[in-house]
Amino acid sequence: MPLEAATLEPREGTEQDYLWTLNFGPQHPATHTTLRLILTLDGETIVKAVPDIGYLHSGFEKLGEELDYNQYVTIVDRMNYISPMANEIAWHNSVEKLLNIDLTPRCKYIRVVLGELMRIHDHLLCVGAAALDLGAMTAFLYAFNLREKIYDISEHAAGQRFHPSFTRVGGLMRDVDPQWIDMVRDFVKSFPKVYSDVVRLLNRNRIFIDRTRGVGVLSKEDAISLSCTGPVARASGVVRDVRKDDPYLAYKDFDFQVVCGTEGDCFARYLVRMEEMVQSIRIVQQAIENLPAGPVNIDIEGKAVLPDKLATYRSIEGLIQHFEMIMTNRKWETPKDEVYAATESPNGELGFYVVADGGGHAYRARTRPPSFIHFAVFPYLIVGHQVSDVVAVLGSLNIIAAELDR
Amino acid sequence: MPSYEDTLKQRLGPDVFATQQFRDNHRLIVKSGQLHAVLEVLKHGCGFDMLIDVTAVDYLHYPDARDRFGVIYCLLNTTSGERTIVKTYLNEPELTLPTAFHLWKGADWMEREVYDMYGIVFEGHPDLRRILLPEEFTSFPLRKDYPAHGRGERHNFPVITRAES
Repeated sequence: MPLEAATLEPREGTEQDYLWTLNFGPQHPATHTTLRLILTLDGETIVKAVPDIGYLHSGFEKLGEELDYNQYVTIVDRMNYISPMANEIAWHNSVEKLLNIDLTPRCKYIRVVLGELMRIHDHLLCVGAAALDLGAMTAFLYAFNLREKIYDISEHAAGQRFHPSFTRVGGLMRDVDPQWIDMVRDFVKSFPKVYSDVVRLLNRNRIFIDRTRGVGVLSKEDAISLSCTGPVARASGVVRDVRKDDPYLAYKDFDFQVVCGTEGDCFARYLVRMEEMVQSIRIVQQAIENLPAGPVNIDIEGKAVLPDKLATYRSIEGLIQHFEMIMTNRKWETPKDEVYAATESPNGELGFYVVADGGGHAYRARTRPPSFIHFAVFPYLIVGHQVSDVVAVLGSLNIIAAELDR
Repeated sequence: MPSYEDTLKQRLGPDVFATQQFRDNHRLIVKSGQLHAVLEVLKHGCGFDMLIDVTAVDYLHYPDARDRFGVIYCLLNTTSGERTIVKTYLNEPELTLPTAFHLWKGADWMEREVYDMYGIVFEGHPDLRRILLPEEFTSFPLRKDYPAHGRGERHNFPVITRAES
């Protein structure tokens, strides 16, 4: 199928007479969130698709300039709310690179566990919802049921299920307890059953395969040219994973594989996501069994973290440091420079370009949102397919509108 | 010194860029007039086949800043894993840059977002419209002279009292 820009000029003359326009969204059950497509149809075949986005734009990047490096974590949570902690890890990864902070081993491992749990969290919903849109209700319910356990794990660690805001500059909000570790172990044990349930429901499901195989094919060249990353690019054969290529946190310590496909269609993207969950479980297992002891925050000498209450009340250094971190005109001393740091979020490369002016607030906090970049690919993928394939392609790209519009 | 800098110097002469290094980020500072030539050599001559991000910064209140806007291109070589950042500065009233759409199709929406938020025009872009904000919006909200609370939007909301509702 030839790939053409979505912004082609309309066909001229009589040819256009039999084309008609269909408005899809912004409120439609298959868009899951608010996004709109203007489809030009020839019968049921899509000739052109023009996405119209911005319905959920709430100025997150402007807020990033108003809030300090710790406060903004509550906003990045709300970008990809399907895997909130992956955003937090990405944001603080950039800030810590800016401040040149090397985290404690325990903090790195906990962040890895949370990051990989979030990948499973995201993929379960994406796989389940993609199947749901194609009429396979049961797989969605199994997947959603398991996601509940990850919400419980978030809640136990941070006190919030949906928007945990768990990371802090130089560490975490608080340390995890042995009960939390048991919860993660329990989750690792319960995962294989749900995984095999979903596999048995979908992998050889005639309807599911017919609806996804050969639909929305993205070639390797186009995947690279269109800036695709993450599962979308890997399903097209782009062998890239930030966890392997530019390892951050403690990813060097773990044994896992980068999952790739070659077909580049919706079915390949589904398979890549499924296999990535297995790899994530391997990482979680390795990390949780080898969780290092020791403090979770860096030393208060680094002047980046809030000291614990004992140090605040019993020592003058702790009290001064507490004061420095709490007063709105003090906070961090940052270099007057700018930095880009990328992480592998469930959806693809999630990076933050942080410009610092020396104070405690970011001067500019640019997000590199994978959903935004992947939705730009959608018009290329859908041309030539049927109207009913819109939901299959949308589901396989995993567009989260809150991240799309920010 | 990374090998792509040699290629750039050979093709475009020694004075075409300045370099900056911060942590592991390597930046090339180029003049806006030479931006397109530099990007073209990086794409075709140095293997930077993926455009990771296009963004801009408004340096209006930045300490010791000499230029108003910075436009930033983050590039990645998917074969070698090498990254680089190309940066150029712009000043009013000439807020135009050549588009990178012909080099990387992914630049389409990224440049539209920069235009939407900063008002920087990318010449040659096939469809440079606002992307996140409504078409009738008149300002560029990520500029530093635009207040975080918005301008005009709230006062224009009709106030409905309890008696009227």
